[in-house]
Amino acid sequence: MSDSKEPASKSFLDSIFKIRPTRPGEVYGVPGQGDSLMISAISGIAIIGFWALATSMGWIKPLFLPSPVAIFQKFIQVATEGFANYTLLEHTWISVLRVFGALALACATAIPVGLAMGMSRVMRGVFDPPIEFYRPVPPLAYLPLMIVWFGIGELSKVLLIFLAIFAPVAIGTRSGVRSAAIEQVHAAYSLGATPWQVLTQIILPAALPEIITATRIGMGVGWTTLVAAEMVAATSGIGFMVLSASQFLQTSTVIMGIFIIAAIAYAFDLLMRFLERKLVPWKGFA
Amino acid sequence: MGSLHVDRVSVEFPAGRHAPVVVALKEVDLKIQPGEFVVALGASGCGKSTLLNLLAGFLSPSQGQIKLNDAVVSGPGADRAVVFQKHALLPWLNVIDNVAFGLKLRGMGKSARYDTARKHLVHLGLGAFETHPVYQLSGGMQQRVGIARALASDPEILLMDEPLGALDALTREKAQELIIRIWKDTSKMVFFITHSVEEALFMGTRLIVMSPRPGRITHTFDLDFGRRFLAGADARTVKASPDFIKMREQVLKIIFGDEEAAGGDHV
Ligand SMILES: Nc1ncnc2c1ncn2[C@@H]1O[C@H](COP(=O)(O)OP(=O)(O)O)[C@@H](O)[C@H]1O
Ligand SMILES: [Mg+2]
Repeated sequence: MSDSKEPASKSFLDSIFKIRPTRPGEVYGVPGQGDSLMISAISGIAIIGFWALATSMGWIKPLFLPSPVAIFQKFIQVATEGFANYTLLEHTWISVLRVFGALALACATAIPVGLAMGMSRVMRGVFDPPIEFYRPVPPLAYLPLMIVWFGIGELSKVLLIFLAIFAPVAIGTRSGVRSAAIEQVHAAYSLGATPWQVLTQIILPAALPEIITATRIGMGVGWTTLVAAEMVAATSGIGFMVLSASQFLQTSTVIMGIFIIAAIAYAFDLLMRFLERKLVPWKGFA
Repeated sequence: MGSLHVDRVSVEFPAGRHAPVVVALKEVDLKIQPGEFVVALGASGCGKSTLLNLLAGFLSPSQGQIKLNDAVVSGPGADRAVVFQKHALLPWLNVIDNVAFGLKLRGMGKSARYDTARKHLVHLGLGAFETHPVYQLSGGMQQRVGIARALASDPEILLMDEPLGALDALTREKAQELIIRIWKDTSKMVFFITHSVEEALFMGTRLIVMSPRPGRITHTFDLDFGRRFLAGADARTVKASPDFIKMREQVLKIIFGDEEAAGGDHV
């Protein structure tokens, strides 16, 4: 501890941690305050600008990195003419259907299983080992097994994504069971509730914020898994499009596909956040 | 109109890994007559909440029994409504659905239960807030919703565990006045736990003072300060009257004595 030395580094850290009297609207001692939207916009534009500059000056060959304009033209072309028997919209639609099918299946099973695990010692004992065993395994590691068991069709892909989503949703639901305050449970019983009513009208709604968060995480995992699965075994879908384009060295299609994959992932997250605001507007209050 | 009878009840919590056996209540006798407002005071850990949990049916006695209208209490039920200090409202329901919740559990139809709920909301001054989300209400209003919910299922007795403990001073005094008015209008039995001696003396018709280790009732006082208020006296005037202050100091002395005997400054 020195009192007078290191003034420069000290004041830098001080400014990060806001260890100085704050202006109105700031809070003393909270790191990372303030809006970063403007800076993010500038950062994004700068990256694209540098990309456009590098390609137009010929610093990088189009085979490795086509220009932004070339990628946009490829987007229009694939959207209208298609790629490998399907239009871009069809590839996207097939991928989205696979993910949502698996998500629906996972929610319909993982939420009851998670509730049962949270409510019952026996159920927790029964389901813990299988879930904890397969959860850390990357889904692609058991994709070959799925193909051996269920063939190369839709079933093996949907089941793979289903398994990827199932674990986070079941675990999130299970921990959500503990969200109900004991006072809420007691209040319900002293108003004459049956255990079933407590489960459906107290425990389940109280767990909803965590269930939605878990579903949001599951959605992210599911999308990642799907794209990877389509790269290994598929004749349609956005992941298939990217991989087969790379085999023909169509870099612009590859990059365009990556952008679409990112855009859809972002759209999913926006959708989940919208659902969260609609379904659990009380989150963060009570 | 029923009465509630606590008959030589003891509660022992078994020894835990780091804790010895706790005798939370030892041979407690208490009769609550129809229309009585019983207030419980005492140092922390003297068994007030344990007694309330027994009455609510969340806990069963190690010895003795509890009877409501001569029927032994064996679990929670809609004839004994509980008002908690906090966190007991359901944020996914709006105000009126929270109040009607107990009626819905019983299978009452929507318009019938809304009629009942509305009556209680108006009574508690919440008539304009029916469709508000509960999490946007102030603490005092949330507590009133909790009371309306308890009243809506028309219980024999209201059990309240420090219901006003989280409110600011001004809101708290207003809530005290509201609760004794409601009590007078409905003439239900009330069992009310508080840490505030002033609140206890002002609200109750009978005060029980409890002591810890083992938890028991050591003093009982009959009170009429609340009735003076109901008869038209100003609340602050009642609380500042010489006999009120004298009694307040007397009760405080008893409770401080217990705190010191228990080893002083732990809260
Ligand atoms: N579930 C429990 N297990 C063990 N001891 C408990 C339990 N609940 C309460 N106690 C003990 O019983 C005593 C009375 O507790 P409580 O009724 O909560 O006191 P009060 O509400 O008057 O502050 C305390 O010593 C407390 O530690
Ligand atoms: Mg207590």
